[in-house]
Order: sequence, then structure tokens, then C-alpha cells
Amino acid sequence: MERETIYNKLNEIFADVLDLDEVQLTDDTTADDIEEWDSLSHIQLVVAVEKAFGIKFTALEIMRWKNVGAMVDSILSK
Amino acid sequence: MQTFNELKKVLKRDNSALPTARVALVGDTATQLLATALRGMAVQRGFQLELFEAEYAQVERQFLDPASELRAFGADYIVLFQSTHKLAEHHSLLDADRQAVLADDRLAFVQSVCNDEAFSRSKMICFNYPEIDDSVFGNYANRIATSLTYQVRRLNMMLMELSQAQSNLFICDLAALQNKFGRDWLFAPNVYVSTEMVVSIDALPYVAARVVDIISALRGQVKKCLILDLDNTLWGGVIGDDGLEGIQLGHGLGIGKAFSEFQQWVKKLRQRGIIICVASKNDEATAKEPFLHHPDMVLSLDDIAVFQANWDTKVDNIRTIQHILNIGFDSMVFLDDNPFERAIVREHIEGITVPELPDDPALYLEYLYSLNLFETASYSVADKDRTRQYQVEAQRVQLARTFDSEQAFLHSLNMRSVITGFTAFNTPRVAQLTQRSNQFNLRTIRYTEADIAALAADASVIDLAFTLEDRFGDNGLIAVVVMRPLDGDTLFIDSWLMSCRVLRRGVENFVLNTMVERARAAGYQRLIGEYIPTPKNRMVEHHYESLGFQLMPADAAAAVSVRYELSLDDYSPKPCEIEAASSDGNGAQ
Repeated sequence: MERETIYNKLNEIFADVLDLDEVQLTDDTTADDIEEWDSLSHIQLVVAVEKAFGIKFTALEIMRWKNVGAMVDSILSK
Repeated sequence: MQTFNELKKVLKRDNSALPTARVALVGDTATQLLATALRGMAVQRGFQLELFEAEYAQVERQFLDPASELRAFGADYIVLFQSTHKLAEHHSLLDADRQAVLADDRLAFVQSVCNDEAFSRSKMICFNYPEIDDSVFGNYANRIATSLTYQVRRLNMMLMELSQAQSNLFICDLAALQNKFGRDWLFAPNVYVSTEMVVSIDALPYVAARVVDIISALRGQVKKCLILDLDNTLWGGVIGDDGLEGIQLGHGLGIGKAFSEFQQWVKKLRQRGIIICVASKNDEATAKEPFLHHPDMVLSLDDIAVFQANWDTKVDNIRTIQHILNIGFDSMVFLDDNPFERAIVREHIEGITVPELPDDPALYLEYLYSLNLFETASYSVADKDRTRQYQVEAQRVQLARTFDSEQAFLHSLNMRSVITGFTAFNTPRVAQLTQRSNQFNLRTIRYTEADIAALAADASVIDLAFTLEDRFGDNGLIAVVVMRPLDGDTLFIDSWLMSCRVLRRGVENFVLNTMVERARAAGYQRLIGEYIPTPKNRMVEHHYESLGFQLMPADAAAAVSVRYELSLDDYSPKPCEIEAASSDGNGAQ
């Protein structure tokens, strides 16, 4: 899957889970950039992404992502 | 079921007009998302939570420390969620002697909390323990008293027993939820390891629903009646077309087994006290034929309180049933295999619950199990007679039509009432009536069995319970009054409620006559009554006025409630056709 396709999907998921009109994620986006993205909504995002892509993240991945780029790398590795 | 995200979004609306319940959530794992789900689910059921969420893993401190926030909070409901994971961790640290009594240790804690005076006005909602099969002993764990499996099962059983003895303790059956949907659904290991959450995002709404089911039931929101379609709901096929031999029922024909087991479930609900009714588009004689003559019918006509089979719409028939039963539409469940009928009923009857039955009748039961429709916060053996009482009510409606005056009709009923205080014998039913009565209920104060026992023990309280029997049968305990002294001259009517089954029989007059008699005997000069409006009790808005009470000047502090007073000096007994009967000795105070 292309990175761009993944980003389109992720933008939708983030907007839905965080209840935002629009989200534009980049490799460098972190939780600091989006107010609604906190440790609680993070878990929701993880589970929503797992479902959307039909994959499971490892516990370590969930804890270690520094930014969205790392999450996309994880998705691509599955 | 709503998703977690949907529940979260519900909370962004303005819910401030909804009534409030004070709930404390105390857990030994991360419960923030469960708190969100609980708040959202409560709004779905029409109330909002004022929630105190204890800091993570502070169960013992919150309950035992005299200065804890939990003690200061004054919760109506305390949700105690101790996880099997922490239990397993604890288990691993113990020597064999202690492992063998792990369940006893945990139970002692729950018991001490239930008996703690500081929480005496809180209802305790305690999660039980979904099993983790650690496979340390394999199947042999069943024989090993120190195994985790053995202790978890024992603990769950002991919690059940404790809740029988402890009237303020309610078990939230998380283990049942895991049985239904599976451990891999309830628990997400990757999320747990990274967050300390033992409930998966997908499971959160279901777990929250289980808790809110209990709170709703304690608040008086329960389902009392199940209305059934017949063809392809209660049996396979169409009785009018397929005939008695052609419908599928029992182990012989087609998928008859599915319908037999469905009927067995309905029968158990009936035995528990749920009112079963029929609404079917059929000729009445045709519709009743299987009930009378099919050898594999589980339900009989005796099980059905109101049988509506005709060619009117389902909406009309459900309204007729409602009129006879005199209960709210929101306490009714309607089951029909036809999506079209379901949609019409849902659209025209606000508040009724209409489950989306699966297409395949083989799936009916497992689907219905998942909804937990019939949660209750009380049960008494008298519930079993309810069907008979409603059948009798239908007969009374018939008889009333043959009399010219209401008074002549009431006289013909030969009504007798036994008046007692609250006793060990009637406490379950009294508590239940305070929890279930919504319409004829002046102040809608809910009491548990423990509360009722405390009222009975309080010598300053005048507590009255009334039964009503007539020529058609015994209605059982139908009205409850609690009066407390306000000062040396005045009694305040804390509770006055009545079952709607006995409306329009003059019970109000009879009850007031009794109240006045008792108040005078105790030396009081006046009664003060209060009406607190709820969405359901408009019926009694003018109750006190119509009985001759005088409206009191409004108290600025009490903006919603209205108070009325009655001077006992010039009270003369109200006319009524009910005779006071002597008690059988069980209930006399």
C-alpha cells in the first residue's frame, strides 16, 4: 500500500475519533500538534487504525511511536 | 449497541437538563475510558452521571481511609471494579496456604465495605471476575483448591451468596459478558500491556451498559411486559395458512426446536413476573388454536395476560394492551419477525423497545440474551402471580361495563384491604413497589430492602402497607405510605405510592382515612404532603388538592416541589367501598 493511501485513511480515522472537521497528518505530526490527541484518545486511535487496516500492533509499537511517520512505518511492515 | 466513539460524542451535547445520579468509580486498573463510556451510556438512558473517579489503583485507600475523597463524595452508587489480572498477580505472590483462602480474603474486603456505616446510603455495584485460564494445572485445576481457576470460581460464587445477604450489594456480571462474547473480545493484551486497561475498546460500551442496567433498574427503569407476535415469532410458519399440523414447533418439523426453546425462555420470564401479551394479525380463534391443541406448545393461554388477535394494526393493539395494563410504553418490549411491523411500532409508540430480531429464528435467543432487556433490582415471589392479576383486570373491565354507576360497580367488587406496617414478611414487596412505581408516586423516593427495614425499626415513622382483595382475586400489596414527624403537631408524608393496577377503585380515599386515623391516634394535628414532579407522575399532580389538602405558600428554596397541608381537626372520612380486613397475623405491628 502507498504511504499516501495510508495517510488518506489515517486522516479520516483521526478526524472521526478526535471529532475534528479535518486532519492533515504528516510524518512529523506528534500528539503535541493536535490538542485532542491525548493518552486516552491514543488508545482509541490505535484500535481504530488496527480495525481499518485489519492488523494488530504490538504493545511496544503502541508505546513507542514518536510521530505519525513511525505509525505508518508500522502499518507498512504488517 | 453504540460504539465507544458514539458514546463519547453523546457527551459533547448539552445534557445538563437530565436528572443526575452520583456515581463513584473505583478500580484497580485504568478506568478513565470506562468512566467515559459509563457517562455516555447513562445519557442514552436519560440521566447524567456526576462521577467521582478514584485515582488509579487506590481501592483500599479510598474505602478504608477515613479522610478519602470517596467517603466525602457521598455516592448514590459505588462501582467497584477489581480485575482478575490483579487477583492473579496477588495469587502469584502467596504461599499455598494463603492461595487456598484468596477468595475468602477478597470477599471479606467487599463485605466490610458493604457494612461500613460511611457507605450505608450508597448502593454497591461490584464487578465479578471473568476467568483467566492460566493453564498451570490444566484441567486438573478443578481439583486443586489453590489454583487460580478454583479461587476465581469460588469467589464469584461467594459474591453471589454475599449479595443475597447484603441488600445494598449488586453484582455486575462481567463474567457473563465474557461467557457470551469471549475472552479475546473482552480483553486486548497489547492495549493492556501499554495502558493497564483490562477492557477492550469494543467491549467498553457493553460493560458500561451492564453497569447502567443495574443503576437504571434501581432508579425504577425496568421492563415489565413482553408483547409477542405469533406467526414466525412464536412458531414457524403461518397458522392461518399452514394449519395446526403445518406450523413448525417442537422436535418434529423443520426448525421447530428454535421456537420451542424461544418459548421456554418466554415461559421463564413469565414465571419471573414479566407480563406476557400477544399482538397478532389473525382471527382470534385461529390464533388461539396452537395454544389449546398443539402438543409441542410450551406456552399456554394461562401464560398470556392480554391476548390481542384481530385485524387491527399492531400499534392499536399495543395501545389497547397498554390501556389494560396501565404501565408506561417504555417498560414494554415488542418482538416481531417482520421488519415492517417493527418499524411502524417503533415510529408510532415512543419509548417502546423493539429489538431487531435476526432473520434466522435459530439466532433469536442468542441475540436476545445479548441485550439484557429484563434487568431488575428486586424480585419477590409475588411477582409470579402478576399474570393472573392482569387477566383478572381484563375481567373487571368487562364487568364494569354492565353497571350504571361507578359506585355500584365498586360495591359489587367486595373489596377488602389488610393494613399493616412494614414487616419482615412484606419488606421485599414494599421495597419493590417503591422502586417500580412511577406514575402514582408523589415523591418517587426509591427504597431498598435495607431502607425499608430501617423505616420499620424507626418508632417515630408511621409506615403503612395496604393489600387489596376483591371477588376476582387478590392483588397483593398495592399501596405504601411513609410518614415522618416534622414537629410535635405535624406529620410529613415522605412517600405515598400505589400500584396502577388498582386505580379508580377508591383506594386513595381508603388510604387517606387510614392515615388520618393513625396520625390522630399518635396525637398529630396536621399532615403535610408534597408533590415532586417527574416525567412520569403527572397523574398525581392534583392528588392532594382533590383530597381536600390546602396548597401551602411556596417556599422559595423549593422551586419544583409543591406542598399541601391537611388539618386533622375537621377531617371527616372519605367515602369508599373498601373494608378493612384483619390481617392473617403475619403482618400486624
